[in-house]
Amino acid sequence: MMYAVLCYNNEEMVCGWSKEQDDAVMTALSGVHEKWEKAGKLKPSIRLLPTSAATTLHKQKDLVIDGPYAETKEALLGFYIIDVANLEEGLNFARELGKANPGGAYELRPIQLYLPGAPIDGAYMTERDYASGKTG
Amino acid sequence: MTDAAWIERALTTSRPQAVAALLRYFRNLDTAEEAYQEACLRALRNWTVNGPPRDPTSWLIMVGRNAALDAVRKTSRQAPMPDEAQVSDIEDVETPMAERLDDSQYRDDVLRLMFICCHPDLQATQQIAMALRVVSGLTVKQIARAFLVSEAAMEQRITRAKAKVADAGVAFETPGAVERSERLAAVMQMIYLVFNEGYSAGPREEARADLADEAIRLGRLLLRMFQTEPEVMGLLALMLLQHSRSEARFDANGEAVLLEDQDRSLWRDKLIQEGLALIDKAMRHKRTGAYLVQAAIAALHARARRFADTDWTGIDALYATLEHLQPSPVVTLNRAVAVSKTQGPQAALDMIEPLEERLAGYFHFHGARGGLLLMLGRRREAREAFDRAIGLANTAAEAAHIRMHIDRLIAESEKRA
Repeated sequence: MMYAVLCYNNEEMVCGWSKEQDDAVMTALSGVHEKWEKAGKLKPSIRLLPTSAATTLHKQKDLVIDGPYAETKEALLGFYIIDVANLEEGLNFARELGKANPGGAYELRPIQLYLPGAPIDGAYMTERDYASGKTG
Repeated sequence: MTDAAWIERALTTSRPQAVAALLRYFRNLDTAEEAYQEACLRALRNWTVNGPPRDPTSWLIMVGRNAALDAVRKTSRQAPMPDEAQVSDIEDVETPMAERLDDSQYRDDVLRLMFICCHPDLQATQQIAMALRVVSGLTVKQIARAFLVSEAAMEQRITRAKAKVADAGVAFETPGAVERSERLAAVMQMIYLVFNEGYSAGPREEARADLADEAIRLGRLLLRMFQTEPEVMGLLALMLLQHSRSEARFDANGEAVLLEDQDRSLWRDKLIQEGLALIDKAMRHKRTGAYLVQAAIAALHARARRFADTDWTGIDALYATLEHLQPSPVVTLNRAVAVSKTQGPQAALDMIEPLEERLAGYFHFHGARGGLLLMLGRRREAREAFDRAIGLANTAAEAAHIRMHIDRLIAESEKRA
């Protein structure tokens, strides 16, 4: 069963992390990532830039608005794609993530359609690049 | 991360909004800070047992306010009740917190709190200290360490600044559009001051260097409240892009490394990505401002994988815009660097010669002028200019650094000759 694990957290808090705090969370998370990736169950992971970097297009009037579509206390900050046996296994993945990075919530949403599209050209950071803070 | 660390982080994050809201209720900075302190103590007791609330900020405001009102009631047996105007909004304690904490109110609260710190009566150093103490919640000890002064001296500086602000009186009414934009401009400038305090720190001044991170945090907070302001996007982008180079700016011996010599693989890509995204967004507004233009200049440097790839024509054009928006001889001097790359040293020299009088005491002027003269083969004049630059250095280390740079320029010009 494929799920998207949507990560919601208090953005002010996550953005307020110092580099050391951010690195500490990323290190804790990378242990979980590694384990599930090795088992072949963790597919792509995406961390989003803060909602302040977002722009929203309201389709009906072609209205372009600065900021995210939904202004919520806990914002969508990233997501994982996982391939697990069942929901319980998916929840276990989320629980392990939650231990490494408390606060907020994970929403498990079954995937209906997946189109891989063209491959990403590698311009984006890998976890190792991210952790070292360096350019790839 | 432990839960205790999570709680500490939640408290730090909530501080600006919580203190700002409490300030609106109590109209007194000390009362607001004390109320917040009390709320934090209760949070440490309560959250470890009951788990953290979904919305820590609202919790802290509510509890802080009730605690302060209780304190007022207790002391009222001995002393007369405070003035109505001092304790406002008592009647709506019962209304659900979440409803009233709409973003627009938060926004003006936090803006007011930040604006208090950059009151025109305060000197730049006082503004920075106030912002770090009142908005960021750094301890006096932490701030003193960053400024390399004693704790007592810093305590006194902050107390004096607070007294000055209290005397000056800041309006508590919801500001009008003009007032809001004036406050916003002052606050942006104050945040950039904090940033530069951190950015100008030497390689071994970690406490001061941390102020750059703090300024970015404040910039993000400001942008979340003023999401459609291109200048706020520009300010944050500018700080992110400058800060992205922090690890490449000093070598292993702690010597400053010039932009052209920096190891660009040390530049922090995640900060660059965010900065570029913000500039992209801001450009759509077609409203140019000084922060945005400076950010765009920093972006052109960030986009160049090698120094040789730098888009000097673009940088020249952006400096021309900046000269127009914010005329200053230093901006023209910076523009001349770009002009020397696109039109050659003579054009750049023609551009900066008229600045001589105004920049006579600025060592970068003489350094840049010397560099241009050298490129033109006017060696004797170049040497004179370099000597003046060295003479204007503030410290022996600075003089040594200028001398080293000059020696290299001379060596390079001899190689060419």
